[in-house]
Amino acid sequence: MSGVSVSEARASYETVIGLEVHVELKTRSKIFCGCSTSFGAPPNTNVCPVCLGHPGTLPVLNEGAVELALRAALALNCRINQDCKFDRKNYFYPDLPKGYQISQYDQPIGEDGYVEIEVGGERKRIGIVRVHLEEDAGKSMHAPDGSHTLVDYNRTGVPLIEIVSKPDIRSPEEARLYLEAIKSIMEYCDVSDCRMEEGSLRCDANISLRPFGQREFGQKTELKNMNSFRNVQRALEYEAERQTAVLSAGGVVEQETRRFDEATQTTVSMRSKEEAHDYRYFPEPDLVRLHISDEWLERVRGSLPELPLAKRDRYVAELGLPPYDAGVLTADRGVAEYFEAVVACGADPKTASNWVMGDVLASLKATGERIQACPVSPANLAGLMKQVEAGRISIKQARDVFKIMWDTGKDAETVIREQGMEQISDEGMLAAIVDEVIANNPKSVEDYRSGKTKALAALVGQTMKATKGKANPAVVNKLILERIGSPDSGASGGGPADA
Amino acid sequence: MRITEETVQNVARLARLAVGREEAARLAPQLSDIIGYAEQLQQVDLEGVEPTSHPLSRYNALRPDEVRPCLDREAALANAPDSDGEQVRVPAVLEG
Repeated sequence: MSGVSVSEARASYETVIGLEVHVELKTRSKIFCGCSTSFGAPPNTNVCPVCLGHPGTLPVLNEGAVELALRAALALNCRINQDCKFDRKNYFYPDLPKGYQISQYDQPIGEDGYVEIEVGGERKRIGIVRVHLEEDAGKSMHAPDGSHTLVDYNRTGVPLIEIVSKPDIRSPEEARLYLEAIKSIMEYCDVSDCRMEEGSLRCDANISLRPFGQREFGQKTELKNMNSFRNVQRALEYEAERQTAVLSAGGVVEQETRRFDEATQTTVSMRSKEEAHDYRYFPEPDLVRLHISDEWLERVRGSLPELPLAKRDRYVAELGLPPYDAGVLTADRGVAEYFEAVVACGADPKTASNWVMGDVLASLKATGERIQACPVSPANLAGLMKQVEAGRISIKQARDVFKIMWDTGKDAETVIREQGMEQISDEGMLAAIVDEVIANNPKSVEDYRSGKTKALAALVGQTMKATKGKANPAVVNKLILERIGSPDSGASGGGPADA
Repeated sequence: MRITEETVQNVARLARLAVGREEAARLAPQLSDIIGYAEQLQQVDLEGVEPTSHPLSRYNALRPDEVRPCLDREAALANAPDSDGEQVRVPAVLEG
């Protein structure tokens, strides 16, 4: 390359990304047979003649899978094809026992939707081309020495939806935000667990570059094997750099499939024989058509929960939370429900937000627990907040109480009593102690009076020490000032001058 | 529509069928005849007729989302050409 660095050249190309996301639906049984969908069962124990593709067997569509796909498509703002069908996608691979995958080709259950993401404080819509129902394939394990491949068919026939975005994504960061939005929406709708590590959410990406201002898309590559949102972003970042280097050196991007290599953080060509895929789709003769009645559609539409972005807007508008708080609290439905339960117990929303985003989420992270298993119930957290508000304990003490509540499951009142932590706010009780501290620390009093205002803190500290931290610092402050007066330095200004 | 030998070879490859050159030469005209026969249907006036994707007019043959017993693994693997007792063993397939 002559003179121009890749990073400089990056600035002259626009990145265009489209994502295909596969989401496993949370049904109990498979899409076309009664086998369990439970994850982690011993290999080939959730299989039957239907999902193994034995001759003479017939698929029967799982109503629950249709219901969840419908819910997902509606949550993604899609138009629903109330009359649709299934098709066969024909190809040979050992993880596909029938030699074809039952999918939806020209009549997907949902079309033409969108997802909203927030990029740099701005809302942006990413279009959804389609949402269709299909069955998952089995899982192949390739022997490290390349001698053979082992196949587990437990996952064969687990219901999936494929969500295809429009090429509306303009950066690897937007790609990650889009994925986070999809995951969050799927979890809110109880459509999927979206556990990438268990393969219940998988993502492939198409990426191309074009000079800014050009309408036509550049040649794209397809990226696979990205097993976390972070890796999707990294793979796309690497690929954008790679394509920039190719283009700015006057080269041509080859249309190909590339695999993300986690060890090197790069993408490598899969060098597949790139014979154009010819899936020979045709209508699945073993399944009759699907008709979603108006009643069914409206019932599902009515059952949709408040979605993350709407909830977020409401937290800002109705609860007065900063947008940042609202974003953190609504990212996970469980966290949002927990927070709302705390507020429903009468807690101040902003204070509740501080607790949930702070001690609650930090403790969950430390223990790896999900919020549903949080040992401090919303009511108990609200109870703890009331103790602080009533001045019985300080914020600092409250955080210690929280830790004990977390470990023991006890409520705040019990913990405070058992630990003898109750804060002393009673002026009568504190006055004698304050008097004693002042008598014993003439130097600090002198320092304070001569303008060293820091000396006040030393006096308060002595009082706190004498009460084993139980004194209410605000009351102590007030009592000390009442006794030692203001500093002499004439620096008493700061208050508004008398008119 | 004329089916060429090339089409026959292509379809055979997609279906993983071993079709030799001579066989393809013999099959191509036969398949052309069959397709040609079916092509008469193209002449039917379909004005106002909805496309048919399934011969049965009923729809929504659905089952409730309920788990039913699966096969024993031993039985499931009995028909596989090879296994390690837990998984089906196939010749190495490597992506990439």
